[in-house]
Amino acid sequence: MRYWRKPLDADEIEVPRGDIHIVESQCKGCGFCVEYCPRDVLELASGYNLKGYHPAVVVNEAECVNCQLCEIICPEFSIFVRLKNNQPVCATDIDLRKGVDIIES
Amino acid sequence: MKADAKGVLTGAHYLDGDHACAEGALAAGCRFFAGYPITPSTEVAERIASRFPLVGGLFVQMEDELASMAAILGASWAGKKSMTVTSGPGFSLMMENIGLGAMTETPCVIVNVQRGGPSTGLPTLPGQQDMMQARWGSHGDYEIIAVVPNSPQECFDLTIEAFNLSEKYRVPVMVMMDECVGHMTERVDIPAASELEVYNRKLYDGPKDQYLPYKVENGNGQVPLMANAGDGYRFHITGLTHDERGYPAMNAEVQQQCVSRLMDKITGNAADICRYEEHRLKGAEVVVVTYGISSRVTMRAIELAQAKGLSVGMFRLITAWPFPEKRIKELAEKVKSLVMVELNMGQMVHELERCVAGRAKVFLSPHAGGWVHDPDDILKLIQEAAK
Amino acid sequence: MNEAAHPMESILRMDRMPHIWCPGCGIGTVVTAFAMALQQAGIPLDKIAVVSGIGCSGRVAGYIKLDSFHTTHGRAIPFATGLKLANPELTVVVISGDGDLIAIGGNHFIHAARRNVDIKVFCINNFNYAMTGGQLGPTTPEPAITTTSPYGAFENPFNLPFLAEGSGAVYVARWTALHIRRLTKSMTEALLKKGFSFVEIIAPCPTLYSRRNRLGDGLDELRHYHDKSVIKHGADTRELDISYRDKIVMGKFVDRERPTFVEALDKRFTEVFGKKYEPYGKVAT
Repeated sequence: MRYWRKPLDADEIEVPRGDIHIVESQCKGCGFCVEYCPRDVLELASGYNLKGYHPAVVVNEAECVNCQLCEIICPEFSIFVRLKNNQPVCATDIDLRKGVDIIES
Repeated sequence: MKADAKGVLTGAHYLDGDHACAEGALAAGCRFFAGYPITPSTEVAERIASRFPLVGGLFVQMEDELASMAAILGASWAGKKSMTVTSGPGFSLMMENIGLGAMTETPCVIVNVQRGGPSTGLPTLPGQQDMMQARWGSHGDYEIIAVVPNSPQECFDLTIEAFNLSEKYRVPVMVMMDECVGHMTERVDIPAASELEVYNRKLYDGPKDQYLPYKVENGNGQVPLMANAGDGYRFHITGLTHDERGYPAMNAEVQQQCVSRLMDKITGNAADICRYEEHRLKGAEVVVVTYGISSRVTMRAIELAQAKGLSVGMFRLITAWPFPEKRIKELAEKVKSLVMVELNMGQMVHELERCVAGRAKVFLSPHAGGWVHDPDDILKLIQEAAK
Repeated sequence: MNEAAHPMESILRMDRMPHIWCPGCGIGTVVTAFAMALQQAGIPLDKIAVVSGIGCSGRVAGYIKLDSFHTTHGRAIPFATGLKLANPELTVVVISGDGDLIAIGGNHFIHAARRNVDIKVFCINNFNYAMTGGQLGPTTPEPAITTTSPYGAFENPFNLPFLAEGSGAVYVARWTALHIRRLTKSMTEALLKKGFSFVEIIAPCPTLYSRRNRLGDGLDELRHYHDKSVIKHGADTRELDISYRDKIVMGKFVDRERPTFVEALDKRFTEVFGKKYEPYGKVAT
């Protein structure tokens, strides 16, 4: 995580981590998830999927904080994120889905 | 199944055809009505509006006939027996969703109290000019059922029949009244609920995840089992060409299966559906084929003809669609000629000619509507046909 | 990494994916918001019916794994009215496009709102008729190019929230396909609101509207929403016109109480018939 000032309890907080699933055959390469991922976890592949699109690929999974913005902005239902298996379920997993928009003007 | 007593106004009544039709709907179990006022059908809607609150029905006056027809389809999928009522101009607007009803196999009843057309035509005067529109009015290939009452009593009886047929065959059924029958007042006997047979749609009750809305089980006459919205089957229904799952499928094979079955379920069951009345046909040389109000005028013409010693009988269509093809073909073999009497410039006569196919002569007594035939005109035609 | 089930598998017909919408189209995102709203509203899924008309957005019903109806052009609202009034226990949602709901279906829209039929109408507005190849629609702003306005549109487009409020809707909101969490919240509120509830969703049509007007792809359109949208809850709906490439005012504009069609009907008949009348909407309450 990047902080402009490190919180005092930063070492005690367990940052949620996401397990990213991409249904490659369903992706049409619109780039919504890539553009709006706040942690730059995703990129469009240089290769093609079966339908001839450049699908989204995970390039930096360690940075994923399971915010699920990619999942909800994806118009193809082709990407979803779940909390990493070994992490205890914390409130953020649910609350983030109900949270406010990250993008606002 | 017997009728729900709540909607059955048992007893002898003095009713016009429109009111009798409304009572027929109530007796059949109709509990949803959506419509738009139009002469000469409005009295049906008026009676339903006054009767529904105390029998648990819902009446809604929609913004137009497009909406009325769409609403009764929606209501039918919610499990209600539903109906709308109109006349020519409104019937034209309903055609769009009659097609959706045929394609999605939605039980519903459409009453058309026919007036003279085309266009606004003769709002308060009779016609039988929507008979072909009833059959062919919406685009694409499909079959419907249409019944044609000729008295207030039949407006009651055939409206029940229309609901029964629509539930049984999952098809829009039309009750093709006319202004005269709609506004004629006669005795109507409404039997006890325990004497009235009503048919309720067969519902699927298998495993929820295995429901296929358009799968036909053997022995159900090409009619798939229905499920009502809200019962947990989570089905998809579309006006697009669809497969057994109800999913759109854009190809010629599925189109062939889909459309063929829509037609076969009616034509293949025509023997069960077709109703007609025969009058003095034994040994008749001339048969007058007619329906609705025209049949009552024809009766007078036949009396006059018989008084003149002519051998003439009457064949009255009770279902116009499907047309009683088999019986007409039989008659065509035996008689010299057939005369069609209808309040239009020649509609059902085309169907008659198709079935007769040259085996006998066919005559038409055309009439543009606005009044009924003069029995003397029919008599003259019978005399010509008997030559 | 496809071993896990998609979280929306219980609500979407995954056996029909991939769907027909173009890359960068916003309709799929709106469907996601709807699926999340369904989960958040907590309404039993068996008691929800989705009705669509015709057009790109008209295909939404086909992808929702609930009782779903793909009806005729413009008639989603009257079909839904029939469903809802025949079984008040159902939550009936109409999801369709601007052309379907507001042009060919415009009369039904205003009358359903006037009657306050308890249905939820989610209108995906992409400013043109997309399924038929990108023609002028009732929301196309002046002077956008479409195939039937090749020299630029010159008709005045509808301001949908104003139309909805003026017709009697009890809940009116507008969001874009980018503001998906707020959209989800609005959809959830609409689902739980009693009465005619309307949410307009501005969505990109990269293949037709954007291409003909040289506006880039779907992502460019989302960036446009980001730059030009303003949240103004409770804004006067008269001021919500969307001019070409100009600001988009979003938010929840109307949230009011008015008796629904069935409530008004029950009240009237109870006054007239007293105890003889059995309230029609009793199952809904």
